[in-house]
Amino acid sequence: MLAASGGSCADAAGRLTVSAAVSLKDAFEEIGRAFESRHAGVSVIFNFAGSGTLSRQIEAGAPVDIFASASARYMDGLEGRGLIVGSTRVDFARNSLVVVVPVSSRLRLDSLSGLLDGGVRRIAVGDPRTVPAGEYTEEALRSLGLWSRLRERLVFAGNARQVLDYVVRAEVDAAVVYATDAGARPGGVRVAARVPAERHRPVLYTAAVVEGTGARRLAEAFIDMLVSEYGRERLRDCGFTPVGWEAP
Amino acid sequence: MRYLDDSVLFSLRLSLQVAAVSTVLVAVSGIGIAYVLARKDFRGRGLLDMMVTLPLVLPPTVTGYYLVMLFGRNGLIGRYLYELTGWSIMFTWYAAVLASYVVALPLMIKTARAAMESVDPNLVNASYSLGHSEAETFFRVVLPLSRRGIIAGTVLSFARALGEFGATLMLAGNIPGRTDTMPIAIYTLASSGEWTAANFMVLLLTLVSGFFIYTTNRARAV
Repeated sequence: MLAASGGSCADAAGRLTVSAAVSLKDAFEEIGRAFESRHAGVSVIFNFAGSGTLSRQIEAGAPVDIFASASARYMDGLEGRGLIVGSTRVDFARNSLVVVVPVSSRLRLDSLSGLLDGGVRRIAVGDPRTVPAGEYTEEALRSLGLWSRLRERLVFAGNARQVLDYVVRAEVDAAVVYATDAGARPGGVRVAARVPAERHRPVLYTAAVVEGTGARRLAEAFIDMLVSEYGRERLRDCGFTPVGWEAP
Repeated sequence: MRYLDDSVLFSLRLSLQVAAVSTVLVAVSGIGIAYVLARKDFRGRGLLDMMVTLPLVLPPTVTGYYLVMLFGRNGLIGRYLYELTGWSIMFTWYAAVLASYVVALPLMIKTARAAMESVDPNLVNASYSLGHSEAETFFRVVLPLSRRGIIAGTVLSFARALGEFGATLMLAGNIPGRTDTMPIAIYTLASSGEWTAANFMVLLLTLVSGFFIYTTNRARAV
C-alpha cells in the first residue's frame, strides 16, 4: 500500500526547505502547515533571515528549494548567476514601512521628520547592506534629506525582526519596520507614523525555485499555493497586500 | 593599500581598544578572584567558581543574552541605571568591553588560579612566620611566583577579547563607525558578499593576533 501511494506521486514524500525573508515568518509558517497537511509525508523546513544573508547562503551552495526575498535586488542577483529557475519566479506580495516606538514611550512623532526630535536618541533600522527593510528605509530617509542628519542615531540590525525586537525591549527610542511586523507584536510597539510609499521603491516580495533542487515539483506546488486564493488570504490576514489584490 | 580605508582602521583600532581595556579589567579582577578561590575557604566558593567558569562553556550568545537581561535598558540593573542617568550601555563601545570582559575572565582565573595553587605553601608560611601580612605575602611571594601563569592568562584573555563576537553583537550591536569591531565588520562584509574587503580584514586580524602570540612566546622564552 505504501509503495502504491508513493509511486503515484513521485516526489510527494520528503523535505522542502524554504529560505524566506524573516518578515514573512508568521504568514509562511501558517501556509507551510497547510501545505504539509495537503501533501502527506512532506515536511516544510523554514530558514528565516535577512534576504541578503539568505542569498549569500544560496550562492555558497546551501541546499535550499525555494527562495522568498523581500527585495527584487537579491533575486535578480541570483537569477543573473543562474542560481534560480527563472520561469518559476513570481512577485506575490507587497508591504509598507512604518515608524514604531515602544508602548511605554511618550514620544509623539507625526512623520519621519519627527525622528529629528531631541528625545529620539537611538533609532533602529535594518542594515541596508543586507536587510531590504533597511534598504527601503535608507531610500526614504535620503529622499527626505534625513539620512545624514539622523546617521549618528541609527543602530543597524541584522534582519527586520531584530529591528522590531530592539523596540519591544525599549533598547531604542524608535525604529522603522514593516507594517506587518508592527502588527505581529501589537502589545510591544506603537505605530507612530507611516513612511510615505512614494519615498522608496515598492516593497515587493518575490519567490522562485532554487536551481538544482531535488524537489522541483513540490517546490513549484508551494509557490502555487502562495499565489492561490488560500495563500493570498493568509498573506492578507498577516497584513500584506497580495499581488493582484490591490486593483479590484 | 586601497582597503586600508577609514572603516577598516576604525574597526582595527576599536578591537584593540576594547581588547586592551577589557584585558586590564580582567587581569586586575581575575587575579583577585583567582587568589580568593585558590587560598580561601568560604560558603559559596563552589558557586562563585561555577559562576565565573560558566562563560567559558556557554555559547557567547547565551552569555550575551544574560548580559542583555541584566544591563539592557529594561534589564535588572540597566533599568535603574537608565532611570538615574538616562544612559544605557547598550550599543556603546563600553558594551563591547563588558561582553569581552565576561567572556575572557574565566581564562584568566583558570590559569592564574592553577599557578597560585602550585606555589610552594612552605614559602607562603615562611613569609607569614617572618611577620609579613597577607597583602605583603601576596605581592612579594604569591604574585611573583605565579607570574608565568598570570602572563599566559593575560595573553589568552587578550586574544579571546580581540576575537569576541557573539555576546558583543547582542550587547553592542553593529553600528558602523561606533561598535563594529573587526569580527563584527567581517561578519557584515561576508554576509553582504564583499569578499575582497572581507579577505583583507580576515588577513589583517590573523596577522595582528599572530603578532601578539609570537611576541609573547618570545618574551616568555627570554
